[in-house]
Amino acid sequence: MSNSTLSSVSSESRRPFALVANRPLLELRNLSTHYVSAQGTRVVRAVDDVTLSIDPGKTLGIVGESGSGKSTLALTILRVLPPAARIVSGQMLFEGEDLVRKSDAEMRQIRGKRIAMILQDPMASLNPLFTVGDQIAEMMRVHEGTARATAWRRAIDLLKSVRIASPHTRVTQHPHEMSGGMRQRIVGAIGISCEPRLLIADEPTTSLDLTIQAQYLNLLRDLQREHGLGLIFITHNLGIVAKMCDQLAVMYAGRVVESGPVSRIFNAPAHPYTAALLNSIPRMGANRQRLTAIDGQPPNLASLPGGCAFAPRCPQAFDRCRMEAPPSIALGDGQTARCWLAPAMAGTATRTGVQ
Amino acid sequence: MKQYIVKRCGYSLLSLFLLSLTIFFFVRVTGDPATLLAEPGASEADIAKIHHQFGLDRPLVVQYALFMFKLAQGDLGQSFYYQTPVFELYFSRLPNSLLLAVVAMTFSLLVGIPSGILAAVRVGTFWDSAGKLFALLGLSLPSFFVGLLMILFFTVYLGWLPSSGSGTPLHLVMPAFALGWYFAAAHMRLTRSSMLEVLGSEYIKLARLKGLPQALVIGKHALKNALIPVLTLAGINLVLMINVAVVVETVFAWPGVGRLLYEGVSFRDFPVVQGVVILGGCMIVGVNLLVDIVYALIDPRIRLEA
Repeated sequence: MSNSTLSSVSSESRRPFALVANRPLLELRNLSTHYVSAQGTRVVRAVDDVTLSIDPGKTLGIVGESGSGKSTLALTILRVLPPAARIVSGQMLFEGEDLVRKSDAEMRQIRGKRIAMILQDPMASLNPLFTVGDQIAEMMRVHEGTARATAWRRAIDLLKSVRIASPHTRVTQHPHEMSGGMRQRIVGAIGISCEPRLLIADEPTTSLDLTIQAQYLNLLRDLQREHGLGLIFITHNLGIVAKMCDQLAVMYAGRVVESGPVSRIFNAPAHPYTAALLNSIPRMGANRQRLTAIDGQPPNLASLPGGCAFAPRCPQAFDRCRMEAPPSIALGDGQTARCWLAPAMAGTATRTGVQ
Repeated sequence: MKQYIVKRCGYSLLSLFLLSLTIFFFVRVTGDPATLLAEPGASEADIAKIHHQFGLDRPLVVQYALFMFKLAQGDLGQSFYYQTPVFELYFSRLPNSLLLAVVAMTFSLLVGIPSGILAAVRVGTFWDSAGKLFALLGLSLPSFFVGLLMILFFTVYLGWLPSSGSGTPLHLVMPAFALGWYFAAAHMRLTRSSMLEVLGSEYIKLARLKGLPQALVIGKHALKNALIPVLTLAGINLVLMINVAVVVETVFAWPGVGRLLYEGVSFRDFPVVQGVVILGGCMIVGVNLLVDIVYALIDPRIRLEA
């Protein structure tokens, strides 16, 4: 552990992974997406000043409660936002190109082709009226101009690669003829069909039962290894994060309150919210204690409290927290946290020996 | 399922029975047909003779029983005025009504579906408001009024279109528009709402995330799903159109079943009025029965409710 106890406000020069030689696959800089009501009177800061980055072939986990802005962040990256939402500031550098500045037509060529996304509900995300083969082949035909027959053959190969039995029959079937797990694998097959560089998976396993979940996660990992995919994994399941992810970003009320390598955050959370999340996981073999829940409700994004958004629920909040929102503080080793106490917490953790 | 079908059929027969009862007695309230059929200044005896000839001198209950007895054998009786079987009259007029209904339906779909799509895709914009205005007018302006305005404009001022009769495609233009506007409005509104629902679905989101061009997202993925309820409604509406075009057919003197009904009412031609209303009723009740049964076949939850 280097001088991680030294705190400093993060700046461009102290981005995480600055040491990695090749540039990040995707780098979000101070990105904000707001929902604006029709009269423009109510503003919901769904994504607020988010700075994150992900390296090629690595996995970034994003966790947070419902409504913390995880899904809006994903839709912001692909710029498939509801009409009321606006990207108000920031940059999204994908392989060096700023996605915020792309035209709609350019964006359309990136969606599916270079950045793909898997939605959370497999039952609802396939069109009931078209065969799965058509829905897989369609994307290759649009992005790569693949001939119908070739695209169809590749659709069968893709079904094979996501381990669907008898792909030749399945490819001609409609979604309602398949189970939820199969449909989610088909959505996965659509995701990887154009060999994207980055795959965003928005809670892809929430609606699957546990055994299927494990299978699906293994599948995603294998696909990632085979294709060198960058993976952004949105979830509220910290167990999945521990299993799947290299980096972790914790979101609260539209902001990234803590980010960094998974192992570091799990061992030494620097934000009270992260610490509370980790404490709310039941542990095997631990003392039979009550699970600690986080008191209070997530804040209303349309009327955030002044200062730190977590302060009303934070057991360690003090006066400054309610007056002034903490900036993102870099703690070394790529860890950052938005908490006045972060340097002290990280320091404590270091002293008590993470290693 | 069998029980469900039997029940629905029972309800359908019951409504047709009530319809026959209603039309039989109401048409007799309109007055005495003999006064219209007899020559001016006809004597009491002549009138009584006419009454006897058509069986109008018997008690109402007996008349109704006879009517129902013949109806059960598939006989709707003879027209007082034309002296021909009502069935023949009806089926000689039906092709005209069918032609008008098909043209009006085509118009209503060609206008209603694209404008509904446009309103849904551009929701909240000028196009949406324009579509809503078109629908509001279509649903609230009576077709006779629209018809008269059109005659005034296209026949009287411009002299482009014939005001009445049939025979050429030009004769169809105004009646089809006057009849079709209401249905175009209904189809537009249903297309719009069903399209909006589909556009909010996850599979449309996925289609967008796949980077498909807008034309493919709307024209393929959204449209096919959104059209299912619209086409169901259109099927029912086609049957309605054949049978409810009385006013339009009268305004444009279009020789369809609606016009036949109008003539029947004005001449107090009881068998014609009864026949047209009951045959129309059979068609409408039949289509609704069919829809009920098909829906029950598709969705098992409906069977339980009935």
